[in-house]
Amino acid sequence: MADVTLTVDGKKVTAPAGTLLIEACKTVGIEVPSFCYYPGLSLCGACRMCLVKIEKMPKLQTACTTVISEGMIVTSDSEEIKQARKSMIELLLGNHPLDCPVCDAGGECELQDMTFSYGAAESKFMEAKNHKDEQQWSPVVFFDRPRCILCYRCVRVCGEGMDVWALGVQNRGVSSIIAPNKEDHLECEECGMCIDICPVGALTSGAYRYKTRPWEMKHVGTICTHCGDGCKTTLGVRRADTGMEIVRGDNRDKSGTNGDFLCIKGRYAFDFANHEERLSRPLIRRDGKLTPSTWEEAFELIGKKFAEVRDRDGGAAIGVIGSTRTTNEENYLLSKFARVVLKTNNVDHHRTADFPVLAAAVRDKADATASMADVFTAPAILLIGNNPTEQHPLLAWQIRNNVRLHRARLYVINSNPIKLRQQATSFTEIAAGAEGKVAAFLNGADAAVDVLVNSSMDREAWIALREKLRGEQNLAIVFGSEIHGTDLSNLVKFGSGISGAKFVCLADYANSRGAADMGLYPDLLPGYHPTAGNSEFHREWGDIPQAAGLDLHGMVDAGKAGKLKVLYVIGSNPVGRLNIDPFAFSKSFVVVQDMFLTETAVMADVVLPAANAYEKSGTFTNTCGDLQLVKKAGEVTGTKADFEMIVRVADAMGFDVRKLVPFGGGTHADMGQSRGAQSGEADRHAVWLEAHGLEPKMSPFDPTTILDEIQRLVPGYDVSRMDLLAGNSQHTSLAKAGSGVAHRPESIAPANDDLFSSGTLGRYSRTLKSVVESHQVKPAEVAAD
Amino acid sequence: MRFSDEFEARFAEMVPHYPTKRSALVPTLLYAQDEVGFLSDEVIQELAGRLDLTELEVRNVISYYSMLTTKPRGKFNVQVCTNISCLVRGGEEILHHCAKKLGVGHKGTTADGLFSLEEVECIGACSWAPAAQVNYDFHENLTTEKIDKVLDEYRKKATQ
Repeated sequence: MADVTLTVDGKKVTAPAGTLLIEACKTVGIEVPSFCYYPGLSLCGACRMCLVKIEKMPKLQTACTTVISEGMIVTSDSEEIKQARKSMIELLLGNHPLDCPVCDAGGECELQDMTFSYGAAESKFMEAKNHKDEQQWSPVVFFDRPRCILCYRCVRVCGEGMDVWALGVQNRGVSSIIAPNKEDHLECEECGMCIDICPVGALTSGAYRYKTRPWEMKHVGTICTHCGDGCKTTLGVRRADTGMEIVRGDNRDKSGTNGDFLCIKGRYAFDFANHEERLSRPLIRRDGKLTPSTWEEAFELIGKKFAEVRDRDGGAAIGVIGSTRTTNEENYLLSKFARVVLKTNNVDHHRTADFPVLAAAVRDKADATASMADVFTAPAILLIGNNPTEQHPLLAWQIRNNVRLHRARLYVINSNPIKLRQQATSFTEIAAGAEGKVAAFLNGADAAVDVLVNSSMDREAWIALREKLRGEQNLAIVFGSEIHGTDLSNLVKFGSGISGAKFVCLADYANSRGAADMGLYPDLLPGYHPTAGNSEFHREWGDIPQAAGLDLHGMVDAGKAGKLKVLYVIGSNPVGRLNIDPFAFSKSFVVVQDMFLTETAVMADVVLPAANAYEKSGTFTNTCGDLQLVKKAGEVTGTKADFEMIVRVADAMGFDVRKLVPFGGGTHADMGQSRGAQSGEADRHAVWLEAHGLEPKMSPFDPTTILDEIQRLVPGYDVSRMDLLAGNSQHTSLAKAGSGVAHRPESIAPANDDLFSSGTLGRYSRTLKSVVESHQVKPAEVAAD
Repeated sequence: MRFSDEFEARFAEMVPHYPTKRSALVPTLLYAQDEVGFLSDEVIQELAGRLDLTELEVRNVISYYSMLTTKPRGKFNVQVCTNISCLVRGGEEILHHCAKKLGVGHKGTTADGLFSLEEVECIGACSWAPAAQVNYDFHENLTTEKIDKVLDEYRKKATQ
């Protein structure tokens, strides 16, 4: 749009026509205060804080609802304006309780800040304040009515942003009140966006209230460990007797792709870390019982057994199952450790999407995959299968708001009437399992249409839909695990005919994509290079086995036949999640690294207590292929990161760990500031190093050494390290990936998690549990106010 | 939930007049209230479904307007204005008189279900203050004797 030039406080401001005055002011560093205005939400004009003087207009005007026009002369700060804002604050404080010393928002409250700015400390009101007792609307949402300043942000973010519409405004004037949709409680997605967006402490979080104050925590922006979308969640940590305790998850650091968004899991489901069943000592099976041991004992035993089996029975007698929640560095290290040290290709993980086929299909195309940010800007989106609202909440947010704010065209093809159909330009319901036929039909196989035709979509309608899709440009093609193998190749072929089309393949866990990219496959090395061949990995890693190994089901069969002597499981629960026979490995020596005694860990010979993704550093790759930095937030004494454990197992096997982890130096420093007087504060030394693009890499347990190797060797991972360290997401490319392989579709097992579940991990979250329980039992009647 | 044919005819006539369905909410609520007597949970659910709204949105609107109610009230709703013009001309006295006569207070309903009483803000009849409104009918230039007569007439009407 054409630019418009105006003057604000004597400064010339040029911005596109249609820009709101409040936004135009921001571009030249003039901050106009506001409560009700929130970028991306509809305009409200309720709080009257953004009043400015515009020449030739009578009275003060609200900057948040005024669109700029040519030659406008604006004053954003004068005695008159100050007085107006001060009076507004005084009115807001008329009923607002001054309970800041106990209010959760105290210290990060916008009303507090404004009161300080405009100094409305005196009140002319003599009347008693209107008081109402706080109400609990759900296990995670509490409402303190007197603190509410009626900015309607919560109402709008819940409705417009989330498409949930669970909050409303009732009554009128001074008796207006925010109300939940079920009289005295909420029936919603429990995302907690209303709490985060509340400028005061009216809406507070059940998981955090009255626990601590904002300034007593260290705030770490890291990547969520739940679904595959890769939201940035800010974890507030505080010293505790067991190390560093995570007290809060929220959106304080808005630099992630998710911006304002977080779902219930990203916001509340960090509490598994403090679960009472958390393991904090290694366990060794003695006389049939798992009994506590020292780390040295455990590593010595594992090292001895692993080396013994490898030397006696060969690598083929060893199986390795990796994790979809460990970092890329750990996955790469595990992949390398299996091949180089254990001499086995029996490597697998819980697969939830067919990435090897995707890689093979797009490997000769540049920019063939869409980032999570692209989904918000694409002019058109085709969604086949999956239910993003439940399984990929950020993706659903991006799609929904792309439609709302950019009028993107959304084409949904699904076997269920999923919620996103409400935003769709066209919603096409198909029979369950027919997704592959859709891919075939789109790719030109007209015969496939016979299966797809139903009462609402005849043959012509399908052809019309295909023509419409072919006519789109820069189409984002998003598909769930229903599409795999040949169907996936067909879909890619169809997309290749559309200029600028990009793909998103949906996998279910936080680092599912990373596990695939780092080669946790029996027949693939990192970057989808086949194990048989002569890739860079063969040259760098030296003598590694060529023949494809056993996948998970092959390992189960080998275990039952007594041929698999060792099973090494890292952060995975195949017994609990994939219905593996728990007795399949009773003849094998089983080592499990996990946080809890899962169904898999209880059958192990050695269990090592692991740190989770919130307690270590590294990188995650989300389902779109966006690489992001994982930062250490919490710490539980007695646990170790999987990275360290793998290195120590290699060491215990007598392997020269320098050949595994190319670390330098040789001195050791406590960079984490986990102890001492400065514990919990920013690691100034690390901050300095990061700012200068340096990392210490002094210890064999430093994952950045492996990140170096990943960036050097794994195709598509050569992104800007500076940007990555700065906390930005970096889209990796599959353009130069290895040739991949055809996989058996039955090896893909969707996690089928919904908004309130998260694999084995979710079971250990009290918050998720309490929300699920509250949905089952109707809350007891509470007297409405 | 079934409404009368008259309601259905009005509803069908009205909805296409608005650019979006939801715009027809307020008149629909009024018609429904006239018919049912109040806006029951059942009515709210039905109208929300018809106008593509959530029940919460319908409740938001109902709570905004004082003439809409979710609680049953008497056959005749006596609304006495006590805003400035009526106040200076004896509105309060009228209200107290009604309260005494009917034996109920603000927002109360008589045991026989005939009358409810409400103290309301300006009803736009300042020129004829003090004024009261019974259902949709205005009664102006009131005195205590006059309001007695008005109430008696309504009582008679109910028995006919």
